[in-house]
Amino acid sequence: MEALYLLIPLSVVAVFAAAWVFLRMSDSGQFEDMDGPAWSVLHDNDTPAAPDKPDTIQIDATQDQKKPSKDNGDS
Amino acid sequence: MSLSKPVTGETYNYGVIRQLTVMTVIWGFVGMLVGVWIAAQLAWPVLNFDIPWLTYSRLRPLHTNAVIFAFGGTALMATSFYVVQRTCQTTLFAPWLASFTFWGWQAVIVSAVITLPLGITTSKEYAELEWPIDLLITAVWVAYAIVFFGTIAKRKTPHIYVANWFYGAFIITVAVLHIVNSAALPVTWTKSYSAYAGVQDAMVQWWYGHNAVGFFLTAGFLGMMYYFIPKQAERPIYSYRLSIVHFWALIFTYMWAGPHHLHYTALPDWAQSIGMIFSLILLAPSWGGMINGIMTLSGAWHKLRTDPILKFLIVSLSFYGMSTFEGPMMSIKTVNALSHYTDWTIGHVHSGALGWVGFITMGSVYYLLPRLFGRTEMHSVRAIEAHFWIATIGVVLYIAAMWISGVTQGLMWRATNPDGTLTYAFIESLKATYPYYYIRVIGGVLYLGGMGIMLWNCLMTIRGGKAVDAPVPRFDPAHA
Repeated sequence: MEALYLLIPLSVVAVFAAAWVFLRMSDSGQFEDMDGPAWSVLHDNDTPAAPDKPDTIQIDATQDQKKPSKDNGDS
Repeated sequence: MSLSKPVTGETYNYGVIRQLTVMTVIWGFVGMLVGVWIAAQLAWPVLNFDIPWLTYSRLRPLHTNAVIFAFGGTALMATSFYVVQRTCQTTLFAPWLASFTFWGWQAVIVSAVITLPLGITTSKEYAELEWPIDLLITAVWVAYAIVFFGTIAKRKTPHIYVANWFYGAFIITVAVLHIVNSAALPVTWTKSYSAYAGVQDAMVQWWYGHNAVGFFLTAGFLGMMYYFIPKQAERPIYSYRLSIVHFWALIFTYMWAGPHHLHYTALPDWAQSIGMIFSLILLAPSWGGMINGIMTLSGAWHKLRTDPILKFLIVSLSFYGMSTFEGPMMSIKTVNALSHYTDWTIGHVHSGALGWVGFITMGSVYYLLPRLFGRTEMHSVRAIEAHFWIATIGVVLYIAAMWISGVTQGLMWRATNPDGTLTYAFIESLKATYPYYYIRVIGGVLYLGGMGIMLWNCLMTIRGGKAVDAPVPRFDPAHA
């Protein structure tokens, strides 16, 4: 099975590369906060701005009545 | 509480996402149309009209390439460019390269549409395109990777959101898979020979094939799942920690499931067993991810009643759970002895493709499109609801028909008389499966019909809106 002489080393390299990335990211604090990131995507309001104010981003219930009020932190 | 948030004056690169999103819907319709056509050919073989370019053998790879790489690939590019910009709060790195990614990828698809019906093929499943197109794919993919990782590198937020990890793993792995499996010696512009021969070639091919399922059709779409489900449900991921565990577990355990495609072949028995064991292991991270996605709705289950986009997204996860349970079961050798080479495999693939990949993409596009064209929602929400139910009935008809057909085939093929001869001739098993082929056509027509509704709904949304590039907000650490 000569094909495995290629595929197995490739997998081993991939696993070590993944482990290296994981440890590096872990050391740099990527996985410290396990709650904030889940909320921060929700705080990013990507609903289009009202046509009369094209250069601002509308947030909270003023834009979309269905959305529950969120803590936006910049009051 | 202020009503607006300071912006940087920059706008996100939505242009390329608009192009990719529109093409996603168009290619989806085209790919599914070809699928319905070849399903109909199996029920009524006369439908190839005795024209070589329209035979099943040539249209089938066109169908798989169109739905996986044209529909799925374009959707992955569109959503990844959106998610990476929004979660990193920055514009795309090298927007001209992103534009090249779009046009290059469309050129690849058009080349496939031309060459496959002409019979130009490497005959490697899901890697049929000949070497000049493979080179173009490589160039496009490198450009895609540069744009994606360049954007992550220039991010304004310190954290890399989990969806980006899935997209990133998908991009890197598909690059490696494509290069290794497509290694070939060109003879002419339209013909090449694989760098591997015999069972070696089979091993490399299915190492590619199954990891493409794992990273193209799973990891990439999980990236979609981890962004669009929380956004549409307006709930944070059930467990962000579990999502990180899900990602790394998938990365460390995926690579060796491929040999289960080669059970009872010339591949050494131990290699087959390794493939089976790794396939069984995969059940754990897959179901962890599925539960994490579905439980994101905890406390907001009522939204499923009224929000058809959320229905698409959550039902896609149910199909993901079903097919990631069914897959490991089918990789068990004794089960595989019954299921292999039967329609059961076709049913399994379509429960993943129509149910998981299709539905998560449709839900994500319904979320995305109004935002790209300055509208708060799709032209018709009722049409989304109709699409959802028509498509769901279509998927159920399709996969149930193929389950019954597949098990019937498997049992008939293995039945022997006391003297050791086969009980049934092959043609008898074919005759027995005909009713299910008709049901499959009905299921396919329904699914395609749903896609038609989507295409109409998208065009109406675009007509009533205008292209809008959202401003990039100034990064506010309080939100990080």
